[in-house]
Amino acid sequence: MGFVLTEEQEAIRRAARDLMRERAPVTELRRLRDSKDADGYLKTAWREMAGLGMVGMAIPERYGGAGLGWTELGLLLEESGRTLAATPLMSTVVLGASAVLLGGTETQRRELLMGVCEGRTLLALAHDEGTRHAPYGITTRAEPSAGRWRLHGDKSFVLDGHVADTLIVVARSSGERGREGLTLFLVPARAPGVTITRLSLVDSRNAARVRLAGVEVTEADVLGSVGKGADILDRVLDRGSIALSAETLGSLQEAFERTVEYLKVRKQFGVPIGSFQALKHRAAHLYCEVELSRSIVADALAALDEERAEVPMLASVAKARTSDAFLAIANEAIQLHGGIGVTDELDIGFFLKRARVAEQTLGSASHHRDRFARLRGY
Amino acid sequence: MQAFRDEVRAWLESACPVSMRTPAKESDDVWGGRRPWFPSEDARLWMQRAAERGFTAPTWPRAYGGAGLSRDEARVLAEEMKRLGCRTPLKSFGIWMLGPVLLEYGSEAQKLQFLPGIARGETRWCQGYSEPGAGSDLASLATRAARDGDHYVVSGQKIWTSHADKADWMFCLVRTGPEQPKHEGISFVLIDMQRPGISVRPIELISGSSPFCETFLDEVRVPVAHRIGPEGGGWTIAKKLLEHERAAISQLRDSASSEEEPLETLARRYLGVDADGALADAALRDRITQANMDFLCNQLTLRRSAAAAAAGRGPGGEALMLKLYATELNKRRRELKVVIEGFQGLGWEGDGFSELELRHTREWLRSRANSIEGGSSEIQLNIIAKRVLGLPD
Repeated sequence: MGFVLTEEQEAIRRAARDLMRERAPVTELRRLRDSKDADGYLKTAWREMAGLGMVGMAIPERYGGAGLGWTELGLLLEESGRTLAATPLMSTVVLGASAVLLGGTETQRRELLMGVCEGRTLLALAHDEGTRHAPYGITTRAEPSAGRWRLHGDKSFVLDGHVADTLIVVARSSGERGREGLTLFLVPARAPGVTITRLSLVDSRNAARVRLAGVEVTEADVLGSVGKGADILDRVLDRGSIALSAETLGSLQEAFERTVEYLKVRKQFGVPIGSFQALKHRAAHLYCEVELSRSIVADALAALDEERAEVPMLASVAKARTSDAFLAIANEAIQLHGGIGVTDELDIGFFLKRARVAEQTLGSASHHRDRFARLRGY
Repeated sequence: MQAFRDEVRAWLESACPVSMRTPAKESDDVWGGRRPWFPSEDARLWMQRAAERGFTAPTWPRAYGGAGLSRDEARVLAEEMKRLGCRTPLKSFGIWMLGPVLLEYGSEAQKLQFLPGIARGETRWCQGYSEPGAGSDLASLATRAARDGDHYVVSGQKIWTSHADKADWMFCLVRTGPEQPKHEGISFVLIDMQRPGISVRPIELISGSSPFCETFLDEVRVPVAHRIGPEGGGWTIAKKLLEHERAAISQLRDSASSEEEPLETLARRYLGVDADGALADAALRDRITQANMDFLCNQLTLRRSAAAAAAGRGPGGEALMLKLYATELNKRRRELKVVIEGFQGLGWEGDGFSELELRHTREWLRSRANSIEGGSSEIQLNIIAKRVLGLPD
């Protein structure tokens, strides 16, 4: 049911925690940033994760994965969130592999998913355009031309866009606007007409602009059915929201725990500042946010495993709640750390920066509150 | 266990009147007592039959009026009752709060004197804890019990005693040792409300009338034999009882909240919708959504806590935040309702307002007390900070 972990799941969590602590601690994010690393993600850690079967954890066995579920993958995501690990988990495993599994032919699945599980293929969903997440706000056109299409458009925020091998591009093949007429295309990152511009983001993680200028694609590159891409996209985005919420849960817990620890050790006026009632109460309020977030993430992951009809609604609750909780905790974390909280030297600032980027990724809290209301009919 | 389940099911089918298989309104609750009130003959029959089987206090030993059931058997009984929709045959502070404490701390004579009457619904109890000068700081209570031979002479004032005007007995915290450190001079006594020197005055709230009362004790003579546990040992018992009280609060409100319509349904009636079908007031729409999301997360946390406890792994820290969060959320939701209703949410009584509108207004006012009673939110925050987060004193 998701609320109480089995022995196996506890073991997975422990293994993930150990790996992240050893191979992908927060100091590694700092190193990627300071060395202006060209890849922007932890290549060695990713290879090791692939070797341990963690990358393909929730991918079916016949494509090289372990065939486990979303609850297990959620544990890995959560532990990666604790250390702000820069890995292609979201782009490649959650968004990319989901799209291929949900919409791909057997050939497409075999071609791409084996490579993903082995850690040698990276995927990126090229979806959002403009200044904020808008699922059907697609102006990228797929113009039909002698049995194939030419893609024209600009994508503004593609996770791991500059290191991906294959892009999954959402384009409009018919109609003017809305949900109908969208198609998902598999596009090699190096295809003629594709220009990828890496963005330097405040959280030191990977996103890119992608320009498509007459990129040629054929029937074989279509994922799912022409014009019915939204059927796949909706489900991919829900998985993305829930997965990102799981990662965020790990991050906000880590930020909270570091802050509580600081309240115990920092002394002013001869006493630990954690003895001041005002600070105790603020910390206790944040504790509520942690526990509520934990509950909704657990249930949303279980809903995916159980294929419940309420997945879309739970995805929006999870994203909105964890976004708000992470921002509240990250902001308070800096304030409660006092002067050192605003220094670059301390790691706590990385959590606030991540909270800000995670908020906008796959829809802000207010976007998801609006979506929740629409799903509930008001 | 299956044989037991079959037996219970068959008994319920035959013993529980059909009219008792529907949810009870608060005004239909059966509390028993010396002069008991019943909403119907069926309600009296149901309580009587349940009491005869000991099902009013299922896990108590038979000798004390219970059914002597194990935890698992009691769970099966609860499941079967829920399945048939049987309402609680008897609501009782005596069963929920005093009983467990008597079983743990009472003498054999005391158990035999008091427990059977409680289980049969013959005595109704109230709780004499808080005083005007002792709320959050309950241990500073001052109601004095001076020893006089084989009696105590009790003088003082209790406040927030629910149903004191209808109760037959009161379990009461008194100070027997004024010279001792405050926690060590407290005793737990049982007081017959018919004794001379006791007077009761109901308390009117901002929301109107309430079951709360002030209870005045003026040199009331209480037998020493009615003291539970050792003299000066009352604080330990009091704390144990408060644990049972927390569980009782969840018994009190059976399924009230699930009967309420969703906020957005109310909002559609009062605010209307725009061309896309969205509520016409965007700001209120967002507040309603926030409350809806928080409500869901709260429900999930309740279930998670219960699941952890059932699996033998808890409850964990999250159990300590439930009272705090649920009450603050309830206040927000009740306020949202009157805000949604606009002018119609401002009525006190009489014409021009529907019964539902008037009830919403009273509930908004009454809910202000949720974050104060049963351990204020500020106390809950202190407890979380200390016991869950380990922050220093």
